[in-house]
Amino acid sequence: MDIKEIIKPENLVYKKTELMTDAPLSYCPGCGHGTAHRITMEVVEEMGIWEDTIGVAPVGCSVLAYDFMNIDMTQAAHGRAPAVATGIKRVWPEKYVFTYQGDGDLAAIGGNETLHACNRGENIVIIFINNGIYGMTGGQMAPTTLPGMKSSTSPYGRVIETMGHPLKMTELIAQLPGTYFVTRQAVHTAAAVRKTKKAIRKAFEIQKEKKGLAFIEIVSNCNSGWKMNPVDANNWMVDNMFPYFPLGDIKVDGELVK
Amino acid sequence: MAKIIGAIEVDVEKCKGCGVCIPACPTDVILLAKKVNGKGYHYAYMENPEACIGCTNCAVVCPDGVISVYKVKVA
Repeated sequence: MDIKEIIKPENLVYKKTELMTDAPLSYCPGCGHGTAHRITMEVVEEMGIWEDTIGVAPVGCSVLAYDFMNIDMTQAAHGRAPAVATGIKRVWPEKYVFTYQGDGDLAAIGGNETLHACNRGENIVIIFINNGIYGMTGGQMAPTTLPGMKSSTSPYGRVIETMGHPLKMTELIAQLPGTYFVTRQAVHTAAAVRKTKKAIRKAFEIQKEKKGLAFIEIVSNCNSGWKMNPVDANNWMVDNMFPYFPLGDIKVDGELVK
Repeated sequence: MAKIIGAIEVDVEKCKGCGVCIPACPTDVILLAKKVNGKGYHYAYMENPEACIGCTNCAVVCPDGVISVYKVKVA
């Protein structure tokens, strides 16, 4: 059968959602941010809530997320996205509010805001992209950088004695009574993407039912920060990031499961 | 049993040639082209189009969402 006979509108099974704009993504080739953006928007589209969803972009690589997501968005000062989302949600309790943050934004500069928004149990969704590095500013060490991992500010590798341990933000906030659903996922394979999308769907459903805060960590690659090609970076992530940041649900329906 | 034939369409100018779709394909359909697009990236294309089963794995993992997938059943 000729390819031209297959490529027809009636045979279409998958295309990028219209809730992603046609602007070319500013991310490096192979970066997990694009996939995470798209599945978030697919969930918003499937739930039919694009007119009622407000996103809060962070500072970091995804600072321009409002250019790519075709919904109402704002952008917060560095690390303050959960505080801004709290304000939006309290003014418009019927709207769906989510923040989209990286590890430098959420775990370092915004550690305070994240902890307190989670502790208050704000009825929002927090999507946390963890790639173990400050990507946008040139690959500096983040709180989540692994022991021995090289970055531009730890050129001989992270030394635990002087630089501390990598921060398991997701396990930390799972201990807080305010959080309802806490999970860690990834977007490096098709199966992982589908699972992550289910988790995001669950998070938005929780917000719909006003049950509490849902927190989704997505372990992702930073191939330019890690100085690898995208496929090698994904393999490195599986071999090195996953043992320290194991995938799976940590808190379901307000109960710790791990 | 009905046979399923798939095909992908790559938005060549938006593809960044990251190659994440290549290991995601269960039937080894995709490769990066020797030619480059306007940005200088070797874009993804169907090297073995007859092997495509339209599973959408490549499109699901594509960070830039440049792949559209089509599928037909033939008796």
